[in-house]
Amino acid sequence: MKALVRYSPLLILAVGWEVSSRLGLVSPLALPPLSDVISAWIDMIKDGELVTNGLTSIYRAFAGLALAIVIGGVLGIAMAWFKPVNILLAPIVEVFYPLPKSALIPVTVIWLGFGDGSKILLIFLGCMLPVTIGAFNGARSSERHLVWSARSMGASRLRMLWDVVVPSAMPELLNGIRTALALSFILLVSSELIVAQKGFGYLIGSLGANGTYDAMYAVVFTVAFLGFAADRIYLLITKRALAWRA
Amino acid sequence: MNSTIAETPDGFPEKAARIAYRLVWGFARVFSILLLLAVWEWLAASGAFTTFQLPALSKVLVRIWADITTGDFLINTGLTLYRALAGFLIAAIGGVILGMAMSRLRIARWFFDPIISVGFPMPKIAFLPVIILWLGVYDVSKITMIVFDAIFPVVAATIIAIQGVERELLWSARNMGAKEREVLWQVVLPAALPQIMTGFQVALPLSLIVAVVTEMLMGGYGLGGAMMTASRFANSVGVFAGIVEIAVVGYIMVKGMAILRRRLLIWHQEANDPSTA
Repeated sequence: MKALVRYSPLLILAVGWEVSSRLGLVSPLALPPLSDVISAWIDMIKDGELVTNGLTSIYRAFAGLALAIVIGGVLGIAMAWFKPVNILLAPIVEVFYPLPKSALIPVTVIWLGFGDGSKILLIFLGCMLPVTIGAFNGARSSERHLVWSARSMGASRLRMLWDVVVPSAMPELLNGIRTALALSFILLVSSELIVAQKGFGYLIGSLGANGTYDAMYAVVFTVAFLGFAADRIYLLITKRALAWRA
Repeated sequence: MNSTIAETPDGFPEKAARIAYRLVWGFARVFSILLLLAVWEWLAASGAFTTFQLPALSKVLVRIWADITTGDFLINTGLTLYRALAGFLIAAIGGVILGMAMSRLRIARWFFDPIISVGFPMPKIAFLPVIILWLGVYDVSKITMIVFDAIFPVVAATIIAIQGVERELLWSARNMGAKEREVLWQVVLPAALPQIMTGFQVALPLSLIVAVVTEMLMGGYGLGGAMMTASRFANSVGVFAGIVEIAVVGYIMVKGMAILRRRLLIWHQEANDPSTA
C-alpha cells in the first residue's frame, strides 16, 4: 500500500500516456498506446526475439564490466600501494578519464569488427577508469592507524595489502563499480545503436527503421528497466557486503 | 631559520633544490604520456598492425593540423561544445530548480521523487530513437537528449545538498529576521553549493559523452559526426584524429569545471584541503 502511494505518480504517467494516445491528443504513430506496447512486448518474448538479443547484450555488458572490475581494481590498488606504479600511471589516468568514452566506438570497431569483441572492449575501456579511481582513492585513504598497527604486529607487506588496504578500499571501490555499471549500459546501448547485428540497441534501431514503433518502445523500456533493476540489485548486494562496517 | 637548515641537511642551496625538485616532478608527470605516444609511433612503424588498424601518430597529427588550418576543427568543436554546453546549462539550471522545489514543496516531492529514483539509474540513451522520432535529427533532439541525461545527477545532488544544510545556520538566519527568500539565496544555496557543484561535475562529462553519441548517430557536423564520416570511408587517420580532438576538448572542459569549483568555493574550507581527484 505504501509502495502504491509512493509510486502512484508513475501510474498517473502511464494512464496519461494510454489516454492521450487513445484519444488522439498525440499522434499514435509517435506515441503508440501503452497497451499496444505491452502486447508487442509479449509477442516479442514469445517468438524469442527479445530474449536472444537480450542475452547477447547482457553477455557483452557482463564480460566488459567483469574485465574492467578485475583489471581496474588491481591497477587502482597498485597505484595507491606502489609509488612507481602511481608515477607511471597517474598522468595516463588523468588524461584518459575526461575522454568521452563514446568516442572510442569507431576505433573498437576498426580493431575488432562488428561483433561481440568490439562491444566488450569498449565497455572494458570505458568502465575501467571509474573502478581504478575508486580503488585508488579508497586504498590511499585507508586509515594510517590500521596500517601502523598491522605493521607493528608484524604483518608482512603482502598480508597488510590483503587484510587492511583492500577491505578499507572496499566502500569507494564499490562506489566506482556502481558508476561503471551505469556507464556499461550507456556504452552498450550506444555502440549497438551505431553498429551492431545483434543486441538490444540493434533491435531498437531496426524496429524503428521498420516503423514498428510499438515494438521499439517495448525494447526501449525493457533496456531502461534492466538498467534500473541492475542498479537496485547491485545496491542490495553492496549493502550486504559492507554490513561489517556498521 | 631553523626550517631551512632542516630542509637542506646536506647544505644544498635551497632554491636550486626546489627548482630541481620541480623539474624532476614535472618530467615525471609527462613522462608516461610521452612514453605512450612514443610506443604508439613505434608500434605503427613496426608493421605489427596495418595502417588501417593503427595509423602512425605523426600522420594523425598532420591530419589534426589540416583540420585546424581548414577550419573544420573550429566548426566541429564549436558545434559539439555548443550542444554539450547548452544541454548542460539547461540541465544545471532546471535541475537545481527542480531539486529546490522538491525539497520545499511536498507535492513536487511526491510527484517527482519516484520519477527521479527510477529514472536516474536508467540508460536514458536508449530513448534516443524515440526522441529522434519526436523531434527530428537536428540540434533540438540532440540537446533534449543531453538535458534528459544530465539533469538527474544535478537534481539528486541538489536534494542531498539541501538536506545537508546545517539547521543551526537556518535557525540563526531566521532568528536574525531574514525573510524566506533571503534565507534561500544567502544561506541555503551557498551552503549547498559544494554538493551541487559535485552534481555539475558528474553532469558535464556526461553531457559531452551524450553529445558525441547523438552526433555519431545522427551524422552531420560536430566532432562525433566527423568521426563517423571518417569511419564510414574507412579513414582510420580521421577516426584517430577525432579521438585526440575529443580527448583534448574533454580534458579542457573537466579541468575548467574544477577551476570554476575552486573559484566559487574559495570561501569554503574544502579550498584549503588538497584536492583528492
